[in-house]
Parts: sequence; structure tokens; C-alpha cells
Amino acid sequence: MDHNPLTNPTRNAPASGFKQWVRLYLQNSRYRENIRRATEHALEQRRLAVDEIPDWERLRQEGHRRKQQIIDHLPEHLNQFIENARARGIVVYQAPDARTANQFVEQIARQHGVRRIVKSKSMVTEEIGLNAHLQQNGLEVVETDLGEYIVQLAGETPVHLVGPALHKSRQEIGQLFAEKLGVTYTEDPSELTRLARNILREKFLTADMGITGANFGIVDSGRVVVVENEGNARLCMTLPRIRVVIMGMERLIPSEADLPLFLTLLCRSATGQRLTSYVSITGGPASSPSPEGPEKVYYVVVDNGRSRLLQDPHLKKALYCIRCAACYNICPIYQTIGGHAYGWVYQGPIGAVITPELSGDQRADDLPFASTLCGACSDICPVKIPLHHLLLYQRQRIVQRTSGPHSEKLGFALFEKLARHSMLWNRMIRLLGKVQRVFPGELPVPGWTHSRIFPRVEWPTFTQWWQKHKRKTP
Amino acid sequence: MAQTVHLFIPCFVNAFFPTVGIACVEILENLGYRVVYSTDQTCCGQPAYNSGYVKEARSLATRAIQLFGVADYIVAPSGSCTAMLKHYYGTLPLTRKERQDWDLCRNRFYEITQFITRVAGVNHWKGTFPHSVTFHDACHALRELGIRDEPRQLLTRIQRLKLIEMPHADRCCGFGGTFSVKFPELSTAILEAKIASLKQTGAEFVVSTDSSCLMHIAGYLKKHGESITALHLVEVLWQAWKNDGSPPILNGTHAP
Ligand code: SF4
Repeated sequence: MDHNPLTNPTRNAPASGFKQWVRLYLQNSRYRENIRRATEHALEQRRLAVDEIPDWERLRQEGHRRKQQIIDHLPEHLNQFIENARARGIVVYQAPDARTANQFVEQIARQHGVRRIVKSKSMVTEEIGLNAHLQQNGLEVVETDLGEYIVQLAGETPVHLVGPALHKSRQEIGQLFAEKLGVTYTEDPSELTRLARNILREKFLTADMGITGANFGIVDSGRVVVVENEGNARLCMTLPRIRVVIMGMERLIPSEADLPLFLTLLCRSATGQRLTSYVSITGGPASSPSPEGPEKVYYVVVDNGRSRLLQDPHLKKALYCIRCAACYNICPIYQTIGGHAYGWVYQGPIGAVITPELSGDQRADDLPFASTLCGACSDICPVKIPLHHLLLYQRQRIVQRTSGPHSEKLGFALFEKLARHSMLWNRMIRLLGKVQRVFPGELPVPGWTHSRIFPRVEWPTFTQWWQKHKRKTP
Repeated sequence: MAQTVHLFIPCFVNAFFPTVGIACVEILENLGYRVVYSTDQTCCGQPAYNSGYVKEARSLATRAIQLFGVADYIVAPSGSCTAMLKHYYGTLPLTRKERQDWDLCRNRFYEITQFITRVAGVNHWKGTFPHSVTFHDACHALRELGIRDEPRQLLTRIQRLKLIEMPHADRCCGFGGTFSVKFPELSTAILEAKIASLKQTGAEFVVSTDSSCLMHIAGYLKKHGESITALHLVEVLWQAWKNDGSPPILNGTHAP
């Protein structure tokens, strides 16, 4: 059993590495079909929403610039944010790693005699493996976002940043509900939603603690912002007496005045909405300064490897991410294998960039190589993170760090030697052409010829043609 | 005096698709340029660079830069190699001297479609190509160099050529250089989506600016007995001229 909380505990997935996972998920045609349909739909919605904004490019640049201001001076901004939050009566913990973050939350729960916890969708809690930790310590944790509730029921992890269960069809959800909740099978979405709502309502009313993530932490006010469409996050933050916000330390934006910009970038990129149905901006506990709100409010601000990204002049750009998942949707890799095949909490292009640093686990080293570097991610990112350049950069770092696979290293060393000498190079081409001609049938090329014909060397090659017809050199 | 174009031929085009290079020579000469080529040329180093091998990439980059000389332009029939030469070389750890040499080249690098339309100023391609074609946007041409309209402009002016757009022409074909052999099943699965798109058009030819994508696409088409043929854009352009008997502009140094 694997204890790294970043590793996807999805059932049936082999623990033997990314390449095997890819093969496994490639065979699952229903899963792939659901992923493809959902990502196409999200892309189309996004396109319509973005087309409404003539100066989208300028907004992207502005978003990039605002995030850059934050990330370039993150420690100062973080201190400011925490100071302002504390002034509102909020208790703030800074957790250097997943373990400490989980322990903080557990302590808070113990201190307040909490038994039942309701939670709204939060990727950072997936990242640190919070649910498992709390459950192991005898606490009941209920996910209240419908998609998240579905994956929790199924014993899976989110397949996508925004749509945790988008790999499941209505029929599969219907079967899951019938099996796990003992209800009559239905595949009617509104009926399924009603079923979940009935169960969850009871949980909301009896929960002692509500946990949410934060889409944004506002430096100049110490408040946090949560966007959602179901209203469950708002219930999580208003009904229980204890409110806990768990957020990555990079979630900050400078001021409340930046919210319109970031909400525009996020909502339109993520779901194609002008604005999500609910946008909640919350401050401290009841009494200070308003009588409304929970008894106690806690922020747990998580590092968990983010400092490693921050230290690098290039990789720190990955911390601009506002988790809209547009790069997932447009990515040919993600579209083809979906989130579970990655085997990690953060998937798609941004996941492939940050997971090696966040996890510190060499098994994540395959991820930056699993990209065609097509650049569609960088083009769609609402805060202009140069994702495909960061993927390339990660490749370089990994090759340097590990010296690459031995055979590959030798291969490129040889390749370089040959390519430095045109005579050797041209001889190699001639040799290949001859081998191709004497080899009976098709000369197998590992990794290529199982699905594609490998081209034959043509005589004359271009260089030979040139020598014969032109004989001119510069 | 005619301006000089130094032709950069991608290493695998030299070996596997020499007609692409020949078409470039014919087109450029018939547009009135003096074409030069260095037979010392090998590879721009992109395979090493994209795999994370900076040292090897740098070695080949500095070698390539030395070959370019003083030509007015350096033109390649590939968006991918052009992006490598024009943009990615700049990210390599070059010495001051090497960077100066590269700086002297970087504004002279052109992908050939861009060169034909923007530098030579040809937007109305003459000639005939009585076939239906669909155009695949190669990722690096599209996103690193911003080539989208130019190939279509050229194609649509050709007599009797029917351009049928495929859905999501701008989506990656799944080649990705070494990715295609490191993750062969994944690369093929992405390719299958592209193949489905281009088959929807019913076109006879799939055309692109990069032979790398085409090698991948055509490799699949041939392996699976599909009747669609892959052609580089310059092959279509050259063929369109030849179909009319002779190139319309004959102020070049080379008469067919
Ligand atoms: S990297 Fe950019 S596109 Fe991807 S999730 Fe983050 S903000 Fe969205």
C-alpha cells in the first residue's frame, strides 16, 4: 500500500508506474468517451464565454501581472494576509507539509469536540490526504459537492480539477447510488441530485465543522473567496459552528479590487460561466465585527512543496495557477487518458509541471515527458503560465538530476557525435537505407512500427540531389 | 542582384522526404531567389533539446549557426525546426560569442510559408491541383510562429483545389518528437482522433507545413490501408505549378 498522499488511490490502478496506468486507461473506452465528451463540452462553453470579451488578451496579461506581483514577493504578502486575517479574529496556521496540515485540522476538531465534518470541494485537501487522516482518527467526513460526493461514494479520487466525477456517465452514477445508498435505480440527473441533497441536508444540519478550500485569499483584507455552483460550500461555511479554510499558500491576490478580474478569468475559463451561481467572500467569526458567522474560523495555509517551486526562477510561474482546468480540457494527453491515468492529484499540463516538486517523488518524473509540447495549454491559460516551456524545463532538470535513463543518455551522446560530422551522419543514413532494403518486410522500429509505417530512406537524399544538381555551397 | 536564401532542410526530410527539399528549391528559385544549401548540415538538435539534453542540443545548435553564413534569409520547410532555430536556441547556455552569432541569424529565420507570403509577398498562388485537400495545423508553426491563415490563403487560390476544413484542425496530431516513441500507445491514441477528423472531410490529401506530423499521420494511414495521401504544403504548391506546365514566374536562376 502506498502512503504518499499525492498518489491516487483509485481502485484497480496498478502501482507500477505511469506508463502502465496509461495503457490500462487507454483500454477503458467508456471512461475515455466520458472524458472526451466532458472536455469538449467545457471547451465549447469556455469558447463562447471568452468570445464575449473583446479584450480577453489584456485581461490575461493583467491576471499574469497581478499574480506575478504576489509570487515575486510571496513571503511579505503572506504575512500581510495572515496579519489581516488575525485582525478579524481568525486563527491562522501555516503548515510546512501535508502531515502538519492534517494534524492541525485534527487538533482543531479534537479541541472543539467535533464528530461530523462537512466538506466542500478542495484540491489541496486531496493533495494532503486530509479525509483519510481524519477518518483514520475516528471522524466522519462527508463531501458535499455532488461530484466529489460521487467519487467519495465510489472510493475514487477526483478525475478533474473542476469536475471531479466527469468520467462517470449518468448511468454509472445511477448504478453507484443504487448500490451504495440502497435507492431505486434512476439515471435522471435531477432525481439523482435530489437523492444526494436529501442525504447531505441532514449531514449539514448535524455537522460540527465545515471545511472548504479557497479560490482566492485577499491580501489587503484577510478574507477568502470561494466560487461554486451548488451552494454546498456556502452551507459548509455558514451552518457548522467551526469553519476551517485550507488553502495553498499561493492562492493570494493583492486586493478586493482585483476580484472582478480574477472571477472573470476563472469562471469563464473553468465552466464558461460569466459568474458561478455562488461567490462567497467570508471573513472572521461571529461577533467581530458582525454577529453573523461561525463561532471560530481557522485558516490552514499549506506549503507542502510550494517553496520548492518558489525557489526556482521559472517554476515559480506555476504558482500563478488559479485552478481553472482549461489546460486539462485542451490537452491532447488529458483528453485521451483522463485524470486518473496520471496517478496524481494534480493532472493535465499544470499537474505535470508541479507534481515532481510537490511530491518530491521520482515516480512523477515521467509526467513532464508525457507531453507533445503542442503548446495549447500555454495558449489557453487565463494567467498566461508558459506551461509547455515549463514542461520542457522540467525535462531538463530531470535529465540533469537523474542523468536520464542510461540507454537514452548514451543514445543522445552518440546522436550528438554523429550529427557533428556530416560525413558520419550521411554514412549512417546510407547504412539505414541499405538495411531497410535488405531487411525482409518492414524493419521494426521500437515504439513506432506497431501502429505506423516507418519511412524508408529515399535515394537520392536531398543532400545527394543537391550535390548532383547544384554543387553550390554558401 | 537576387537575394540569397539559405535553405535549412530538417534532418529527417533530407533522408526520408527529399522531394520536400527539392520543391523548396524549385519554388524559391522561381520566385527569384538565389538558393544556397550547406551539404554539411545535419540536425538542428531539437530531438535532444526536447528530451531535456541541453548539452547535446547546445553542441548541435552552435554547429548549425556556423553553417548559415551571410545569406539574406534562412528558410526551412518546417515550423518546428524554425521555432527551434529562432526561439529555443535563445534559451540555451550559449557563450557571448555564440549568442552574437545567433543574434545575427535570428531575424533571418523563416518558415517557408511565412517566407512566401510575408517576405516574397505572394498570396495568390497560381497553378492547378484538381483534388480535395484538408489542412492540418502543425503545433509549432501555429503556436510558436503564428502561422494559421497563410497556408490556407495559398491553398485556396490554387485552381480546382478544394480545401475542406477538418474539425479541430488546430489540435495536435500526437507526434511530439521523442514522445511518439516514449509513449507509443498514447501517441497513437491521440493520432486516432486526428485521423477520424481528417477522414470526416473525405479529402484525398492531408496537407501540412511540417513533415514530422505528416510522417506520423501518413505512417498510420499507410499501415491501416487508408487511401488519404499526406503531402507537404510545398509539394502541393510545386505540383500545382507543374500541373500548369511551367511555373508562372520565370525570373529565377533555374529553368525547369
Ligand atoms: S495552469 Fe492555467 S489553465 Fe491550467 S489550471 Fe492553472 S490557471 Fe487554469
